[in-house]
Amino acid sequence: MKFIDEYQDNELARGLAYKIAQRSTKTIRLMEFCGGHTHAILRYGIRQLVPKTVEMRSGPGCPVCVTATADLDKAIALAHLPDVIITTFGDMIRVPGSYSSLQQAKAEGADVRIVYSTIDAVEIAKANPGKSVIFIGIGFETTAPTIAASILKARQDKIKNFYVLSLNKLTPPVMKALLDSGEVKLDGIIGPGHVSVIIGSHPYEFIARDYGVACVISGFEPLDILLCIDKLVEQIEKGEPKVEIAYPRGVKPEGNRKAWQLTENVFEIGEANWRGIGIVPQSGLKVRGKYEQFDADKAFSVSPKPPREPKGCRCGDVIRGAAMPLECKLFRKVCTPESPVGPCMVSSEGACAAYYQYGTLENLQGLEVDMEQADG
Amino acid sequence: MCLAVPVKIVSIDGDEAETEIAGVRRRVSIALTPEAKVGDYVLLHTGYAIGVIDEAEAEETLKLLEEIASLSEIY
Amino acid sequence: MDDCILLAHGSGGKLSHELVEKIFLPFLANPALNKLDDSAVFEASGRLAFTTDSYVVNPIFFPGGDIGKLAVCGTVNDLAMNGARPLYLSLSAIIEEGFLLSELEQIVQSVKKAAEEAEVSIIAGDTKVVNRGQADKLFITTSGVGIISPGVDISGANARVGDKVLLSGTIGDHGIAIMSQREGLRFSMTLESDCAPLNKLVSQMLEVSSSVHCLRDPTRGGLATTLNELARQSKVGVVVEEAKIPVKGEVKAACELLGLDPIYVANEGKMVAVVDPADANKILASMKKNNYGRDAAIIGEVTNEHQGKLVMKTKLGPSRIVDMLSGELLPRIC
Repeated sequence: MKFIDEYQDNELARGLAYKIAQRSTKTIRLMEFCGGHTHAILRYGIRQLVPKTVEMRSGPGCPVCVTATADLDKAIALAHLPDVIITTFGDMIRVPGSYSSLQQAKAEGADVRIVYSTIDAVEIAKANPGKSVIFIGIGFETTAPTIAASILKARQDKIKNFYVLSLNKLTPPVMKALLDSGEVKLDGIIGPGHVSVIIGSHPYEFIARDYGVACVISGFEPLDILLCIDKLVEQIEKGEPKVEIAYPRGVKPEGNRKAWQLTENVFEIGEANWRGIGIVPQSGLKVRGKYEQFDADKAFSVSPKPPREPKGCRCGDVIRGAAMPLECKLFRKVCTPESPVGPCMVSSEGACAAYYQYGTLENLQGLEVDMEQADG
Repeated sequence: MCLAVPVKIVSIDGDEAETEIAGVRRRVSIALTPEAKVGDYVLLHTGYAIGVIDEAEAEETLKLLEEIASLSEIY
Repeated sequence: MDDCILLAHGSGGKLSHELVEKIFLPFLANPALNKLDDSAVFEASGRLAFTTDSYVVNPIFFPGGDIGKLAVCGTVNDLAMNGARPLYLSLSAIIEEGFLLSELEQIVQSVKKAAEEAEVSIIAGDTKVVNRGQADKLFITTSGVGIISPGVDISGANARVGDKVLLSGTIGDHGIAIMSQREGLRFSMTLESDCAPLNKLVSQMLEVSSSVHCLRDPTRGGLATTLNELARQSKVGVVVEEAKIPVKGEVKAACELLGLDPIYVANEGKMVAVVDPADANKILASMKKNNYGRDAAIIGEVTNEHQGKLVMKTKLGPSRIVDMLSGELLPRIC
């Protein structure tokens, strides 16, 4: 597959891994802010390819994981309303809310359907004029334009029964929130590749300028990620943090202006409630007044019981990178993909699910870069 | 949400395009990338093309990767 | 006859008889079935294998097959996975009122074709009809009996340290072919399900070697789940190399689009064989001679480390644990 296979080359990966080991003299900590990166890093064994001096932590990049329990409870309550069809991306249906899940609601008779695109949700609305079709709008800047486009299409086609529950969130504000909290000291950030296709690289400039943290935007194939880490290590070793694009085939500094304009046309920025973090100002998207006929929050009113977090669940800490999945007492023992306690174990982009699926690599013999040769 | 797959545009019909990757064909919306042309590769995310792939940059990246990798003694 | 199934077709009366005589018997006729007694009587002596499975696949017609073909192949393969030569199958159908007779006929024809290829006879059957909405078009249950030759001992618990792990061909074909038909996916491909009866392939393997220890077909849950099951049953570790696992280009592409991993996608015409290392190449050669084993490969081996677990050496080198599939195979968006 073009633009995929070439970036998985074995020999080049080893060469890069070696180069990183040569460059890296001090212990540093990097964090990725994209669930796709969390998944790829574990699937391709990137942590085993980089030297021990490069510590890697997962940040709040999984849109399912950062959805606040109260918001999920609202979605579940909406599912139980009469003549409502809930449409959602697959990952959401198994996440446990305070008392139930969308999957459970489905088993209890609610009409909950998995869709692969907002286009499908609009089609379902067209095909079911007597029902209200609500799309659970999770995701970051990569997905927001697609949701905006579907609202515009619905308006164009005069569809009156399509609604979006807007839970979309923004990446740079949550990066700022984490850097401000100082809970996890970071030296570098692996920038989200496809979010950046939309917003470009300028929104991250504050990271290097105000916090002295390096930021390199990465693609998703193993060579992309290794290249990104190489550039981060180089910046950090030199003490010259800046924002760089290591995925130029996809990301332009100005991003996709058309897509973002469309998004700003339909949505306005407001606060958002992030699981494990709380309210982060200016970090969420809400449907603008002129499109309020598509806003599920305006059209429906539900009052779910107050949210409660499962006891012992450390998803919040894992989401902020303050704890590794292995440090959660429930990991593997109580919380498993079959019986997940929190969202990090449900979504395949969640750190816990990724660690569970791809194993605890620490005690496995993998490709170890020979440090003896590195000094040669 | 980050999963986006590079697919090639084989035909365009208004704001939709027929795309192909390794023999699999998929109809996508190009509402977000109206500048895309037949023959372009685009990044496909939940049914929409979100950006056109810059093939020249892709080549540059591969060259850079080869350069970095070859500087290592492991070869 | 009318053109669709009515409740009366299941009531045991005239219409029921008509259904059996006009749709089932013409295609599946054999001496035992033709008697139309309450049970089929046959002789068999030796070690017998017996299995049952229900088929509720949706859509019922898919590229490369249909629920009828699947129902025969699935049960034939379960018998073959214990080294049994499949002899007889029973077939029960639960049909939703309103189901088209023409489609039912098509499916029974598929059953006939698959049974002929596998050289089994359907000697007992049953049909029931339920109200519209109480069954999703058609459910089929097949049970099968087979006979195991003396000396053949194939079981998931027989893997030994040092054994080689063989895979009969490309993975993910069936699951992806099914998904391509699901609404909302909007993708089209030439890929077909790999649904096929594997009993003859198994006999060929057993002819060249008496050291086939385990056989299993990676259906739901895919290759990863099956290898985990074997590791647990035999209390051994299994190691495979990702680069050696054959996957078709279209399957890889579809998996990229859906965010799925081919090692978890269902197969209906593939098997894993765990064999003595001394015979591995011989067995591989015999597999490749059969159409259903043409892409066979040695993908790994059995070890005494990480007992009960499957480890995969990834393309780039690092190894990782691969767990069984948990929950449903949900396409990834992120």
